[in-house]
Amino acid sequence: MPTSIPKEELMAPGHTACHGCGATLAMRYVLKAMGQKTVVSVPASCWAVIPGAMPFRTLDVPMVYTPFAATGASISGLREGLDIQGKTDYNVVGFAGDGGTADIGLQGLSGAMERGHNVFYIMYDNEGYMNTGVQRSGSTPYGARTTTTPVGKERDFKKENKKIVADMMIAQNVPYVATATIAYPEDLIRKIDHAKAVHGPKFIQILAPCPTGWYYPPEKTIEISRLAVQSRMFPLYEFIQGKFYLNKSFKPIDVSEYVKAQDRFKHLNDDEIDNLREYVNERWNQLLEWEKIYSEQKA
Amino acid sequence: MKSVTEFKTIMTGNDAVAYGAKLARVKFISAYPITPQTTIVEKLASMIANDELDAKYVEVESEHSALAAVFASELTGVRSYTATSSHGLLYMHEMLHWVSGQRLPIVMSVVNRAIGPPWNIWADQSDTINQRDTGWMQVYSESNQEAMDTIIMGYKIAENSEVMLPLMSMEDAFILSHTSEPVTLRDQDLINDYLPDLDLKFRIDIGNPMGYGSYDTPDGTFMELKKDMVDSMNKAVRVIKDETEKFNQMFDTNYGGLVERYRMDDADYALIAMGTVASTARFVVDKLREKGLNIGLIRIRYFRPFPYDDILEDLKNIKAAGVIDRSVSFGYAGATYSEIVSALYGKINIPVSSFIVGIGGRDVRVEDIEKIADTVRNESSGVYWINVKKVI
Ligand SMILES: Cc1ncc(C[n+]2csc(CCOP(=O)(O)OP(=O)(O)O)c2C)c(N)n1
Ligand code: SF4
Repeated sequence: MPTSIPKEELMAPGHTACHGCGATLAMRYVLKAMGQKTVVSVPASCWAVIPGAMPFRTLDVPMVYTPFAATGASISGLREGLDIQGKTDYNVVGFAGDGGTADIGLQGLSGAMERGHNVFYIMYDNEGYMNTGVQRSGSTPYGARTTTTPVGKERDFKKENKKIVADMMIAQNVPYVATATIAYPEDLIRKIDHAKAVHGPKFIQILAPCPTGWYYPPEKTIEISRLAVQSRMFPLYEFIQGKFYLNKSFKPIDVSEYVKAQDRFKHLNDDEIDNLREYVNERWNQLLEWEKIYSEQKA
Repeated sequence: MKSVTEFKTIMTGNDAVAYGAKLARVKFISAYPITPQTTIVEKLASMIANDELDAKYVEVESEHSALAAVFASELTGVRSYTATSSHGLLYMHEMLHWVSGQRLPIVMSVVNRAIGPPWNIWADQSDTINQRDTGWMQVYSESNQEAMDTIIMGYKIAENSEVMLPLMSMEDAFILSHTSEPVTLRDQDLINDYLPDLDLKFRIDIGNPMGYGSYDTPDGTFMELKKDMVDSMNKAVRVIKDETEKFNQMFDTNYGGLVERYRMDDADYALIAMGTVASTARFVVDKLREKGLNIGLIRIRYFRPFPYDDILEDLKNIKAAGVIDRSVSFGYAGATYSEIVSALYGKINIPVSSFIVGIGGRDVRVEDIEKIADTVRNESSGVYWINVKKVI
């Protein structure tokens, strides 16, 4: 079967990520879709380490490393600096983890999107601060155990629901917003192609499972990311210039199938899985509602 | 070589600084408003709005972002500028290191203002002294003219291939920033001769992909790169002197290199000061000279690189010196004082006192400096807070 995934390889061998790292695949696909004329800005995160110590660099595009909170502002400066010199055909891509996006970098992200620069902000969502050893982030889902929400005598797993940055970007009316995951690379590439057609800020949240922090065997990464979509824990959608499309073209499964595949949820009892199930259903209904609202508005 | 298109006008320090950035042909500006810096960026925004300046101004949501944006634009190869004060500068602290470590010759204006609590918007150099160890060069101006010219000289020095370090250019809050003085606006063509366009050797280029600021290990080159920053700071001493001299010749000015000396040739006693306090001190020196006291003034322009050799040279025939600081290092003395004492250690053994003045904008009066001079003349040494009220 022919595939829409570009053959061009902008990631060289020799990276230092863990086996089965979803974030690594996310970058590989993003660069394939972006092409060589791309500048990537990366804040403190696993991806600040994955390319290797200087002078090594696993990527075949310029990479700018920035402090943790600086992704949004750095892509603003890169874009405008390049434009001033007529280099408008460069893709400027911020590539940040969920912590660098949902938490410390949220202000900078929101500012950059509001100002309307012609940039891509890719959030690779491994649902925790993995580089510093699996701590809770705002994007960690309810129920997960992390090293700062450990399950000991007290059942101190994460009690709050996931902060969903893509939804916040829709609320901010960013011209292009999407969610994607590495289990569906053709969908991911298609979304980046759609984003490329939009002049202005683009935000894509890519679920990037992390065997090290989610406690599952490394060979299961693709399977887990597929289960995330099928269980509706991570719905795939697209928001293009005010229109909202929810992807429903998969066989739904129960949340427990997703949860049971990962040790980060191992401690959850039936009531707690029920809470998660209820949350997932509510959110799905909300997204259906959005689809209606946004299509009516634009009709 | 004076030009006919140079002309004298009256303007505030902040406007002068904005004209300095315009004359330096900055192409990218990003800043976040904070009193008393605000009117610099307002002026620049209005210059852009009125087609007087061909630059892009990005209004960010914080100082951290302002310096991050300027960092990134400079990395693409365009001359970039920002300005801040006090809490804004503290908020930039992380980015300050990032810019210097990346060896980007960015020039930033800082209007020196106190740090709260209590909230205080007045003159106080604690904000920039706090940033002493960030790898930025630091210049403190005494007049609006100097503040304007320093931006232009600043880019020339920072962009020198032997230096390649960022530079902070300071004005004292309100005393310069909001006070109008006569200022000569430089001729753009002459400035263009003095300061060529930025030609950044390592800049973003998809034809030559590189990593900028990736991580390094204990066995890598980290330590060597930090030492190279120190070596470059040392080399900057000569570059500063040369470039200042070139500027003096082209524009008929008379700026000192790292320091400016006043009546030091036959002085027995020396006052050492930075920023606008030096103006009051100069007045006091004249007054005391009339009374027959052989006293002089050293005004430190560059706090980084520190004028180590100049200070040794200047103080070798001095009986006692007093260092006037508009900042304090809690638990010790004034920051300039500790620099001076360490410069002299083992080489010149004279009494040196630390005088803390004008914290939070407290007025520094002629009689305060006279009192300081009295203490210096008594050849005592100690740490003195000047003009402090008795509380309780
Ligand atoms: C200002 C600041 N605070 C804290 C850190 C430490 N730190 C480095 S990476 C990281 C977590 C990154 O998490 P995320 O953005 O989710 O990316 P991931 O590591 O999961 O890829 C933290 C807390 C830092 N580098 N800078
Ligand atoms: S900790 Fe997780 S995200 Fe980080 S490199 Fe390892 S697998 Fe990838």
